[in-house]
Amino acid sequence: MSDKTGADGTAKTTAAKKTPPKRVTAKKTATKKTAAKKTAAAQGSPRETSVAAAVPAVSGAAAGKGTAKRAASASTEASAPKAAPPTSADSGAPEGSNTAASVPAESGAAAVETPTAERYSTRTRLAVRKTYKLYIGGAFPRSESGRSYEVTSAQGAFLANAALASRKDARDAVRAARSAFSGWSGATAYNRGQILYRIAEMLEGRREQFADEVAAAEGVTRASALAQTDAAIDRWVWYAGWSDKISQVRGTVNPVAGPYWNVSSPEPTGVVAVFAPERPSLFGLVSVLAPVIVSGNTAVVVAPGATALPAITLAEVLATSDLPGGVINILTGRIAELGMPLASHLDVDALDLSGVTDPELATELERAGAQNLKRLRRPEPEPDWTADPGLDRIVSFMETKTVWHPVGV
Amino acid sequence: MDQAETHHVPDRLDLRAATGNEAALRGFLHGLPGVDKVGAEARVARLGTRSIKTSAKGFALDLAIRMIDLTTLEGADTPGKVRSLAAKARRPDPSDPTCPSVAAVCVYPDLVEVAKHELRGTAIKVASVATAFPSGRSSLEVKLADTRMAVAAGADEIDMVIDRGAFLAGHYGAVFEQIAAVKGACGDAHLKVILETGELVTYDNVRRASWLAMLAGADFIKTSTGKVSPAATLPVSLVMLEAVRDFRAASGRMVGFKPAGGIRTAKDAIKHLVVVNETCGPDWLDPQWFRFGASSLLNDLLMQRQKQAAGYYSGPNYVTVD
Amino acid sequence: MAQRKSSRLPENTAAADTPSTAPTASSVANLFEYAPAPESRAIVKINPSYDLFIGGEFVPATGGALKSVNPATEEVLAEFGVASEADVDRAVAAARTAYDRIWSQMPGSERAKYLFRIARIIQERSRELAVLESIDNGKPIRETRDVDLPLVAAHFFHYAGWADKLSYAGYGPDPKPLGVAAQVIPWNFPLLMLAWKIAPALACGNTVVLKPAETTPLTALAFAEICRQADLAPGVVNIVTGAGETGAALVGHPDVDKVAFTGSTEVGRGIARAVAGSRKKVTLELGGKAANIVFDDAPIDQAVEGVIDSIFFNQGQVCCAGSRLLVQESIEPELMDALRRRMETLRVGDPLDKNTDVGAINSAAQLAKITELTEAGEAEGAERWSPACELPSTGYWFAPTVFTNVSATHRIAREEIFGPVLSVLTFRTPEEAVAKANNTPYGLSAGIWTEKGSRMLAIAKKLRAGVVWANTFNKFDPSSPFGGYRESGYGREGGAHGLEAYLDV
Repeated sequence: MSDKTGADGTAKTTAAKKTPPKRVTAKKTATKKTAAKKTAAAQGSPRETSVAAAVPAVSGAAAGKGTAKRAASASTEASAPKAAPPTSADSGAPEGSNTAASVPAESGAAAVETPTAERYSTRTRLAVRKTYKLYIGGAFPRSESGRSYEVTSAQGAFLANAALASRKDARDAVRAARSAFSGWSGATAYNRGQILYRIAEMLEGRREQFADEVAAAEGVTRASALAQTDAAIDRWVWYAGWSDKISQVRGTVNPVAGPYWNVSSPEPTGVVAVFAPERPSLFGLVSVLAPVIVSGNTAVVVAPGATALPAITLAEVLATSDLPGGVINILTGRIAELGMPLASHLDVDALDLSGVTDPELATELERAGAQNLKRLRRPEPEPDWTADPGLDRIVSFMETKTVWHPVGV
Repeated sequence: MDQAETHHVPDRLDLRAATGNEAALRGFLHGLPGVDKVGAEARVARLGTRSIKTSAKGFALDLAIRMIDLTTLEGADTPGKVRSLAAKARRPDPSDPTCPSVAAVCVYPDLVEVAKHELRGTAIKVASVATAFPSGRSSLEVKLADTRMAVAAGADEIDMVIDRGAFLAGHYGAVFEQIAAVKGACGDAHLKVILETGELVTYDNVRRASWLAMLAGADFIKTSTGKVSPAATLPVSLVMLEAVRDFRAASGRMVGFKPAGGIRTAKDAIKHLVVVNETCGPDWLDPQWFRFGASSLLNDLLMQRQKQAAGYYSGPNYVTVD
Repeated sequence: MAQRKSSRLPENTAAADTPSTAPTASSVANLFEYAPAPESRAIVKINPSYDLFIGGEFVPATGGALKSVNPATEEVLAEFGVASEADVDRAVAAARTAYDRIWSQMPGSERAKYLFRIARIIQERSRELAVLESIDNGKPIRETRDVDLPLVAAHFFHYAGWADKLSYAGYGPDPKPLGVAAQVIPWNFPLLMLAWKIAPALACGNTVVLKPAETTPLTALAFAEICRQADLAPGVVNIVTGAGETGAALVGHPDVDKVAFTGSTEVGRGIARAVAGSRKKVTLELGGKAANIVFDDAPIDQAVEGVIDSIFFNQGQVCCAGSRLLVQESIEPELMDALRRRMETLRVGDPLDKNTDVGAINSAAQLAKITELTEAGEAEGAERWSPACELPSTGYWFAPTVFTNVSATHRIAREEIFGPVLSVLTFRTPEEAVAKANNTPYGLSAGIWTEKGSRMLAIAKKLRAGVVWANTFNKFDPSSPFGGYRESGYGREGGAHGLEAYLDV
């Protein structure tokens, strides 16, 4: 993971990431799973490769500083964001207080850009690549299945081996989301709003990196990718602000015909399984994810195919944004494979099928979701992601609770 | 169901302890379950929809007449007025010998003697208000003297008022002691303790005052003087009936209940009887345990009674003006 | 068949040793027996048979006929048509035509006036409808008269006013209707559920095809006449009668845009599966197993009334019934004593008697289900109690029943009984109360009884239920959104929230 995040979003040191990766370390195996092909194609999924079975499960701590922090916080998820041990400057000032929330995530970042750079070698060097893993319960595990799949650029060039999440990863993600729910939904709206805004700050810091990944994954121009990234950040900020407003906008005091105080307020529905669209990768992901969690839901999001790149980078953002572990869990892989375990899971309360492009699969998932009457968002035939999203996506995953109480002395 | 094992108030030992000192009394009264106003009112509103017809109505009308404390409590009361009332008490409907007598005649202390004389030879009791009725604003000595005067004049029943000021100030011990002292002054006369619920305002207060009066020795608890509005309302009666019911369960002692003031129609009276029936059960459906403090109620009961018998409606000129 | 019962309290043994307490010998004579007070049936005219109401006309059904029975007497009230797939198709077509040509074109202010008219006609005919509902359903006239019918009229009145104010409801500047709504309603509140469905649908500009339950079609058919009295355009409201197959044909019809269902979770699940992959908007109001939590500082007498209301209202055949009483262990004995004492005053019998509190179970099938589950409760070791209660020999009856010593694992603590059967469980701490209350796949309603405001608010927030009644229970109002969490369904009915189900938003 990149630790070179500038506070102002310039983040020049991330430029190394732009270098088209050489295929020196790409060790493809010939064991393509043909069974997965049909559905993978339907979901636009790239080829799947299996990672060397000998690779041991990586602990959360090994994945970096932010992860270690999150792993710790995940174990005490009930106490929510403030429980995170202050392992970095920013987390020392918990969100919800009025202290400077804009402290850079990594206070050492600026030191790298001192004029002493010329003292270092200028010869071409081999980039240190990132291992793309899953994001579950605030940690970055590999898939329990040990599988990965190759993410390529729109031109077919190798970009990364992303973790190919399995149904057991989905199960673990649901468990993490469920245990994070009470803390996250119980946090104050102001607290949630600040944490979401913090995420936007971190997104801004990685603006260039996201633009690179979007450009690579979608094959769009860098300018277009940058525009998408900016739109994604802005949308995130827009949703962040709803945390303490949705109840006012959608809550009501009901004038019942009797001596009763009667109030309806929207509440988060619980654990939401979100299937993110493949395009636009980052903007789509943000557009489906932010409205789910802003109200207090926790999410298991499936980022299909090449969206793995911005999705896992987003996970790194989340891991350094005071978001309690488990609130967002990111599974990279195939909707065709993860859809059914999530849609049929009885501890999942709602489904957002936005990214399910295969109508038959969407129908199957909807049917499976009916088992426990999951709340449902069907995929839109021709979604316009840039349109004003309104409150629809927030409200889709909220319940209205009406409380009655007598009024009398 | 064995009532002896069943109470949601402390048992007898606790009741004795409850009156041991001011703090214990306060602790006990404040520890009584609260009353939700809306729920209590909804309950009586529903009971008010009971449809009491034909034989049930006949039963209820006669029972209500037998339960009346026929009352006159005016500054303008005279021996003549009391004589007239006593005659009405004995024979409420001169046109119908099957019509029962009322339970009692209720007057000021200085008219007890007249009433007693007029009702000699009947089972009709004479009740007297006392203790600086209706405000109760006087010294204990005056209240006790008031009581003794009425008892000496022959009153069978004493309707005292509690010191609402003391109650509202939280001086429960003072209220308790006054009631206990008046009870002592009553001798054999039954003591009805008027809470003046219209001045206590909340149902929580009504419940506490009910228990306070019963703990202090009241034979009856009574809603109102009739001089303050609102007087007896159905929800107040419900709360007080719950109190006498629960007090019996807790202490083994049965206390009577008398709503007074504001009950003017047969319909109101029957609603009260329904509330008694479905809150305390039929044990209280007896003049020994339940009274209506009323004056104009009687004529409406009589007109309804005539209608029951004749099948057509009666009118005010077919009952007596007293 | 009127069944009277004495509400006499047993003699207090404690009273016996205190002379002043002993009731006089006259107490036997003091039994206040309420004479039968039957509401007149003459106000209602029931036809020997009923057709379907399609396109403003009563037309014969082609799918056969069923009989509607008075559950209190087992008397056959009327025959009614079973709508076949073809009949449903005709009804949907009629609704589509009315939608396209009339109702969707009509200004909201005009739709409003039709709904106000309907509300008024319901008020005018409310006693007739109350009696009819009582006869067809078995519920006491006291409830149809004082609860169902007033709410039916209020619901139409409330939504009438919305028809020309939709742009203020929070769904954008010009929200559009969906089209044709397929609505399937249950037998427990036949006319009220019809109102909950039809009033918002029409207010939003949709047309409807409604199927009442097969055991209670009569008030819906009476409503068809009301639509005619109101001069509602043909096809705006269509009533198709029949059983499950008719309902399946209706919700599965390709030309409906909206499916609204109230009923069992099992059927709701089937509907959710059936509409998968379509663009139909769905709202489901399904089963429940509500917890009614009584804390030790509750207003006890009102809590007892609330428990009575929560489980014996409408014979407990209420999706939001408080069928699990969670009582704080420290007050269980006194609460149970008070509850049993109160249950002894419940008057079970003739639904048309104005003094009846608990009427007949709606059908033989429902009675069998209640019987089976209560037998399971006994078999699993729970302790069963009912007040002394003489039940009529004909008709479908079940005595008010309470189970104590119930464990969370018992079927009677988990499954919806939909009858006058209360399961009592205890808890020690607020956390335990919340955990037990939420420990169900359902989430429709819940009750809290405490005089401590902060506790009430904290518990209300933690309960995963769409309606939380604090220090009250089973209250309804057209302006108050109603609907569940989880397997109790989705969508809300009532108030501005209820419009969303019928708008394309």
